[in-house]
Amino acid sequence: MAGRFELLSEQGLRLDGRRPHELRHIKCKMGVFEQPDGSAYMEQGNTKVLAAVYGPHQAKGKKTETNDVIINCQYSQATFSTSERKNRPRGDRKSQEFKMYLQQALSAAIKSELYPRSQIDVYVEVLQADGANYAVSLNAATLALIDAGICLNEFVVACTASLSKSNIPLTDISNIEEVSGGPKLTVAALPTAEKIAFLEMSERFHIDHLETVIETAMAGCREIRDILEAAVKEHLIHIGSAADWGRVC
Amino acid sequence: MQTLREFTRKTKRGNILKIVREHYLRDDIGCGSDICQHCFQNDVYALTADHDLQSSLFKYPHYLVLDTNVVLDQIDVLEEDVLRNVIILTTVLNEVKHKSSSIYKRINEIIHDRRRNFYVFVNEHHKDTYADREPDETANDRNDRAIRIATKWYDNHLKSSQVSKSFQRSGRQVTRVVLLTDDAGNRAKAEAEDILVATASEYVKSLSDHPLLADKLSHKTFANEKQALPQYPPHLSLREILEGLKQKKLLQGSFQASRENYLEGNVNVEQYEKGILIQGRESLNRAVDGDIVAIELLPQSEWSAPSEIVLEEKNVYADDLPSEERTEEEKVMLQQVRAAAVVDAERTPTGRIVGIVRRKWRQYCGILQPSLIEDTSRHIFVPADRKIPRIRIETRQAATLQNQRIIVTIDNWPRNSRYPHGHFVRSLGPLGDMNTENEVILLEHDVPHCKFSEEVLSFLPKMPWTITPEDYAKRVDLRDLYICSVDPPGCTDIDDALHCRELENGNLEVGVHIADVSHFIRPGNALDKEAAARGTTVYLVGKRIDMVPELLSSNLCSLVGGVERFAFSCVWEMDKEANIIKKRFHKSVIKSKRAMTYEEAQVLIDDSTQDNEIAKSLRHLNRLAKILKKRRMDNGALVLASPEIRFQVDSETHEPLEVEVKQLRDTNSMVEEFMLLANISVAEHIAAEFSECAVLRRHPKPPTTNFDPLIKAARYQGFEIETETGLSLSHSLDKCVKADNPYFNTMIRILTTRCMMQAVYFISGSLQKEEFFHYGLAAPIYTHFTSPIRRYSDIMVHRLLAASIGADSTYAQLLERKSNEELCHNLNYRHKMAQYAGRASVGLNTHLFFRGKEEDEEGYVLFVRKNALQVLIPKYGLEGTLYLKTDKDGKDGHERAKSTVVFTFSEEDHTQRCGNVVFHSFDPVTVRLSLDSSNVQHEKLVFRLVKPYIKGFSVETGSESAADVAAPPPTKKTKKNQKKK
Ligand SMILES: [Zn+2]
Repeated sequence: MAGRFELLSEQGLRLDGRRPHELRHIKCKMGVFEQPDGSAYMEQGNTKVLAAVYGPHQAKGKKTETNDVIINCQYSQATFSTSERKNRPRGDRKSQEFKMYLQQALSAAIKSELYPRSQIDVYVEVLQADGANYAVSLNAATLALIDAGICLNEFVVACTASLSKSNIPLTDISNIEEVSGGPKLTVAALPTAEKIAFLEMSERFHIDHLETVIETAMAGCREIRDILEAAVKEHLIHIGSAADWGRVC
Repeated sequence: MQTLREFTRKTKRGNILKIVREHYLRDDIGCGSDICQHCFQNDVYALTADHDLQSSLFKYPHYLVLDTNVVLDQIDVLEEDVLRNVIILTTVLNEVKHKSSSIYKRINEIIHDRRRNFYVFVNEHHKDTYADREPDETANDRNDRAIRIATKWYDNHLKSSQVSKSFQRSGRQVTRVVLLTDDAGNRAKAEAEDILVATASEYVKSLSDHPLLADKLSHKTFANEKQALPQYPPHLSLREILEGLKQKKLLQGSFQASRENYLEGNVNVEQYEKGILIQGRESLNRAVDGDIVAIELLPQSEWSAPSEIVLEEKNVYADDLPSEERTEEEKVMLQQVRAAAVVDAERTPTGRIVGIVRRKWRQYCGILQPSLIEDTSRHIFVPADRKIPRIRIETRQAATLQNQRIIVTIDNWPRNSRYPHGHFVRSLGPLGDMNTENEVILLEHDVPHCKFSEEVLSFLPKMPWTITPEDYAKRVDLRDLYICSVDPPGCTDIDDALHCRELENGNLEVGVHIADVSHFIRPGNALDKEAAARGTTVYLVGKRIDMVPELLSSNLCSLVGGVERFAFSCVWEMDKEANIIKKRFHKSVIKSKRAMTYEEAQVLIDDSTQDNEIAKSLRHLNRLAKILKKRRMDNGALVLASPEIRFQVDSETHEPLEVEVKQLRDTNSMVEEFMLLANISVAEHIAAEFSECAVLRRHPKPPTTNFDPLIKAARYQGFEIETETGLSLSHSLDKCVKADNPYFNTMIRILTTRCMMQAVYFISGSLQKEEFFHYGLAAPIYTHFTSPIRRYSDIMVHRLLAASIGADSTYAQLLERKSNEELCHNLNYRHKMAQYAGRASVGLNTHLFFRGKEEDEEGYVLFVRKNALQVLIPKYGLEGTLYLKTDKDGKDGHERAKSTVVFTFSEEDHTQRCGNVVFHSFDPVTVRLSLDSSNVQHEKLVFRLVKPYIKGFSVETGSESAADVAAPPPTKKTKKNQKKK
């Protein structure tokens, strides 16, 4: 692992001061827009994502031929999302890839049997990119779906993990850790069911380490799930209190 | 537990970017002190309340916080086991890491030593000690401030734990925190902020119990020099250098000082094949061997040629001002060289050094130059390595160090000082003592040689070690086979054994069994890491520095006779013509029937009355080996020669008693042949299995220009050397035979060896298949498999092979190309150094052998130089210089009356002529060898001419030589040299 930056100091802290298993600071808010059926804003450290959901509505065009729900995702990254401002054409290869991945993970969570011949549009915009962009996008999309009142089997959340030189797994990889050359593994999961909806690796892990790294990412997923769940409850109490619904819960 | 804090940073990457990074501040970082009653401590207490260091400045127990400059400059002080209870802030650690990776490594070693009580405090992530950079504050000022904040915090933090009633009742003194800094600005600010502060030098000098520690302080300036005039041109700043490089006005390269002429050096620059020549003190401009420097190329009209003159610096004394005479001498030398260069067509690009990109200063071995003045603390240190300039140091222990080998390091080299400034690090022991001298060799060649640590030893198998039934189950049982080993006498680390038996189908089964070291050294543990860092066992005369602990090298792994041992076997089925029909690899248990020396094996083979299984097996092997060798030669493998000698060493004094040239028997070549075959078979196998990460060894074909000196030398003798391919070279070498000079062929081969490139380890994924070629062996692929006890490369190859046949599991690093590449890099370096160290040890012992002796020996002129003959003495495998022109001091240390003897050097056919005596390359000569001990550090063998006799130059050899004088002056055809006793 020559030339690779040490991701974990001997004092047991990562480059930004976190311990190996710690997530970055997470902030989230649901219902940030009025226009869409559901929306959410999510911050995981310095990665900041907006998600908006439209639907379910009647599927258009040829898509109606199938009986299944159609999940239409769009992923894009703002020009100003990285320190070097780049013009990112919508629908570039990376976005296309992420879009597919989002669709794959979300279709595992949405109770599709409830929405035959319907379409759900999910738009994700990364406002600031600082690592684990896909994972944060998915988490934001999940919140937006819940905000839109779409039935889910379970929270679908994603988390990344890496491995330090000393073979200690690290949770929730920041951009600096990504570019320092650590391997990156992304897992999207249904944590309660312990089902993995999607898994991606930036490079090969040795078989000896793969299991522990996946487990680390899964533990991260569970933790994020708890945070999102708390946020959803908070949101419900908040909007509920206006209509005096909060006490019902 | 975690708070979020963001900070901004600007970096240059073409344009200025604003980078925002998260920075978490924590409340769970302990202070590491056993006094503390607040912190959650996640570790054993590193800092303790007991304090026995008496300082006249701080007369109470105290912890030290070190500023970055103190760590960087005073690492030698820190390495002494004196300072304890030291707090290293991460701010400091990061700065050290950026400034010097070697010091970073050294400070980490100190931190890891539990007994030293050094504690790393992560102040950068502690909520109370983090310092946000203020507007307009430089990074440096911010770091200084962070260090002060942390010091202050520590002091208050500890105070708050020491105010309780119970503490006061205990009557203990309050432990305080002291900042050590050599930065005057930081110090002033610290004082203003009520922080206890001192400079490193003040503090060290205040330690009354350790008066000698002050010797190790780094010296940037010496008192009497402040007014001295600059002697060197100034260096460009790093920014100016970068600018100059960008505009292609300057060139960058690593500086190599000449060993022979202290006023000359060379800078390796990419575009210039032979590098750029630097001549003269001002042009050298304080560069030290190894430094990365920036140079300016001189206009072509000022180019010069390498002087080919041996010029050694005369003794100077610490208080000397640069003497006129010396400057004069330097000027004369330069003028001469330049004048010569005008006529000479061999002028090369010449430049001057204008700046230093990076210093590569390290620690140097050497001695103190005896001082003319008594009671002075200022001294001149003379490094053992001639490429390194003398160094000024201050020490109070000169009297005790006078006859010792010591280590000194350079601190800086100001413009107004002729020599760099440095400080004493430690003493190695008395001069001339065998242990000291070996230590010098090991240090100078960067050979790791300290004892194996407890942690490393803890990974050794527990004794008594036994083979369990599970072990047998996993291995092929070969205990019944007639396996034996053949090695040099006295070999205790036996890593290979052989067998050969006839099969029922008439074919032969040949097995090479290699010690199964990788069974005992498991990847990634401390033992493995240590072995990987050492890379190889190093052999000095009478001393072996093991790569793995002795329990493995001489016992459990060594395939000694009559004992059951684990082996990794490579077994072939061959026909009688040594064609391989099948090959297989497996782990096995063997029981060597006999461990033999080459000589014993030879006797057994030759003695036809012996008809036991071992003898039969050896005869088969010997016959097959000859076929294999012939086949290899026909493919173009080279037979190279390098004079190799062995010392008989006195077992008690370790001093050499006898010198003998290593004898080569059939059996040497027999063992070698099968090891080559095993290596090649394994190389083919692992390269096929692991296309990305197999550890292989290649030997590149030398560029044709490398052969120029060889071709020239042979041409003078009327032979043409073909260097097109290995095969044509091999053939033309075979043809170089002179009836009247039996040693001629060997000498040609010695010269050929010197044209070769280094063979190197590499990773299969890093090169194209065609580049795997091993030139010397004429093999398309090669690796090292057969000596895992003494080479780490072989352990890696064993692991790869074991993984490929399912005998052992893989692990992440094994298959990683990048880490394997780094490993190969280290192995190549260690092997080169081990080789040099071995040679240095032979040189040292040769000197010891000649101490107090004078011997006349037959030798040969290896090549002719402008002012000397390079002479080779086959009997000792020894090479030396016979100077032909004497300067007024007698360069070889022997005063001679001004002689009228003049030698004329002919550039055309490389000869030296004096009267009617002509010296050509390869001519036989008789020389008198003696040891010149006038320079205690560089004892050297002096070669003086005996024959052919030149009046006024050759040694007068009493009555016997009178006859020679009467005889007509000998010409080069005179070959009646008889050895005199
Ligand atoms: Zn504390």
